[in-house]
Amino acid sequence: MELTDIIKEENLILKKSNLLTDNVMHYCPGCTHGVVHKLVAEVIEELGIQDQTIGVSPVGCSVFAYNYIDIDWAEAAHGRAPAVATAIQRLHPEKYVFTYQGDGDLASIGCAEIMHACNRGENIVVIFINNAIYGMTGGQMAPTTLLGQVTATTPYGRDAKLNGFPMKITELLAQLDGTCYVTRQSADTPAAVRKTKAALKKAFQNTRLDKGVSFVEVVGTCNSGWKMTPVDANKWMRDNMFPKYPLGDIKDI
Amino acid sequence: MAEVKLMKGNEVIAETAIRCGCDGYFGYPITPQSEVMETLMLRKPWEETGMVVLQAESEVAAINMVYGGASCGKKVMTSSSSPGISLKQEGITYIAGSELPCLIVDVMRGGPGLGTIQPSQSDYFQATKGGGHGDYHLIVLAPASVQEMSDFVVLGFDLAFKYRNPAMVLADGVIGQMMEKVILPDYTPRRTKEEIEKQCGNWALTGKKNRERHVITSLELEAHRQEVFNEKLQHKYREIEANEVRYEMLNCEDAEYIFVAYGSTARICQKSIQLAREAGIKVGLLRPITLYPFPMQPISDLCSKVKGFLSVEMSAGQMVEDVRLAVNGRVKVDHYGRMGGVVPTPEEILVALKEKFSI
Amino acid sequence: MAKFRGAIVVDTEHCKGCNLCVVACPTHVLDLHHDVNGKGYHYSYMKNPEACIGCASCGLVCPDSVITVYKAEIK
Repeated sequence: MELTDIIKEENLILKKSNLLTDNVMHYCPGCTHGVVHKLVAEVIEELGIQDQTIGVSPVGCSVFAYNYIDIDWAEAAHGRAPAVATAIQRLHPEKYVFTYQGDGDLASIGCAEIMHACNRGENIVVIFINNAIYGMTGGQMAPTTLLGQVTATTPYGRDAKLNGFPMKITELLAQLDGTCYVTRQSADTPAAVRKTKAALKKAFQNTRLDKGVSFVEVVGTCNSGWKMTPVDANKWMRDNMFPKYPLGDIKDI
Repeated sequence: MAEVKLMKGNEVIAETAIRCGCDGYFGYPITPQSEVMETLMLRKPWEETGMVVLQAESEVAAINMVYGGASCGKKVMTSSSSPGISLKQEGITYIAGSELPCLIVDVMRGGPGLGTIQPSQSDYFQATKGGGHGDYHLIVLAPASVQEMSDFVVLGFDLAFKYRNPAMVLADGVIGQMMEKVILPDYTPRRTKEEIEKQCGNWALTGKKNRERHVITSLELEAHRQEVFNEKLQHKYREIEANEVRYEMLNCEDAEYIFVAYGSTARICQKSIQLAREAGIKVGLLRPITLYPFPMQPISDLCSKVKGFLSVEMSAGQMVEDVRLAVNGRVKVDHYGRMGGVVPTPEEILVALKEKFSI
Repeated sequence: MAKFRGAIVVDTEHCKGCNLCVVACPTHVLDLHHDVNGKGYHYSYMKNPEACIGCASCGLVCPDSVITVYKAEIK
């Protein structure tokens, strides 16, 4: 069987989502953002809700998410995406509204906004990328940075006395009555990618059930910030991040 | 049907918002304007007009909710007082930088810091010169009566949508707290989906269908493209300055001295004028209604006829700088003000005029 | 039991050479090319195309959606 016999339209099983634009993502090679963007685009496409979905991008590496997924977007101030999404959802109750935020945006500067959006039970989806570092500004400490982890602002490793502890914001949010679905996933293996996609799909579908916030954390890598190859970063994530941030559903009601 | 009522300034903000078809209010309690949200919650407009009212977790969140609502082309607003407005500056500059229409009500109290809850006008700079970072302006309306609290909610929204620019009603604690007769406007229904589409369809977030995606953002990393955007904003501000200056003149025809005052201070100056004229001093009042755009030309035009201007403000002297720019050294300009929440009396304003101009 | 052959097409100009697909492939089909694309990246390619089973693992983990996967039954 020749390759030309296989590479035919009728044999196509995986291609780039129609909802991803032609813009080349600015992310570093191997960045988890690219995988999650793809999954968000695929989920919106498969649910057929392109015209009903409004995204809110954060400040951080994914600030330009609006360049890549072909839907309407608002770009929020640092940490404020849940507040922005709150108003969009309340004024457009028929729409699917989601925020896409990193750990600095959501767990540090935007801690109040995410807490209260979750506590109010806003009917939104929150996608939280936790790579334990500030990528966009050059690799500084994030609230989720692990103890001992070296970053630009913890050059001798994160010290609990000096910098406090890694923050398990997702577990905190699961405690709030306004969240209905809280899960932590990853995107480092084909199986993990499939599970993350299923979680995202469920989160978007929850919007129609009017049950409150669906929160999907994806533990990811920042190989540039971590100063590793993408493959080594995945291994480091599994060895170091997963014990602190275990994968799986935390809440599903 | 227009309705005549005796109401508090802050209550009128809420009542007019409901009546003029406002889609959403997002606020956080702070004295001396908490009655705005309290009135809305009591009125339950979500049952009547479908207007959304939400008490946010902070002023920061409230203004970012306004950003979100305005992104959808909706008619949204917030209200606060000085310390809260400081917190909102981040959101306000994003709103200006994304060219979104919205209404911000500031019922000023004394500062700096937590200051006092008594009335003040010490946030003129903050309101008229931008407030947050970057080159931008709000359209700033200064009500001097409870009636204007109502009128300027309507006008503020109109101007905000006309120019895709945030508008501010800059009141002081006196106007917010006092009760007066007010003629409330007739009900205007909230705009339909189709009407929003018609008015804001080329930029608002309504869901991408059969068009390019809409993105509300103030981010542009390429310097030359950002400069082109800055120039566009500046062009808009020149247009606003050319078209939207509003002011009121009282007893200026024969006046030798002019009080320049806005808000409650302008009301007090009216009494000072009466006292001055009884004493044979010909004084008039120029009351800026728009603080941005500031009535430069009307003040400039008066220079050939008068001996001097006294800017009367409940501040250390902020608007006086704009009066000086308008006068440009042709006649004497001075300032009289009280601070810390102290409201000047008509008599002391007259004394200040006499002293400063050696009358 | 039906047997399958797979094949992939890599958008080589947009591949960033992150190597994640190479590692994800269970049948060791992929490798990074010794040549580079216009951006200077060693792009992914099928080094052992005959080993491809069309499982799409490479495409699933690809952050830049540059891999298109085909799968055909061997008749």
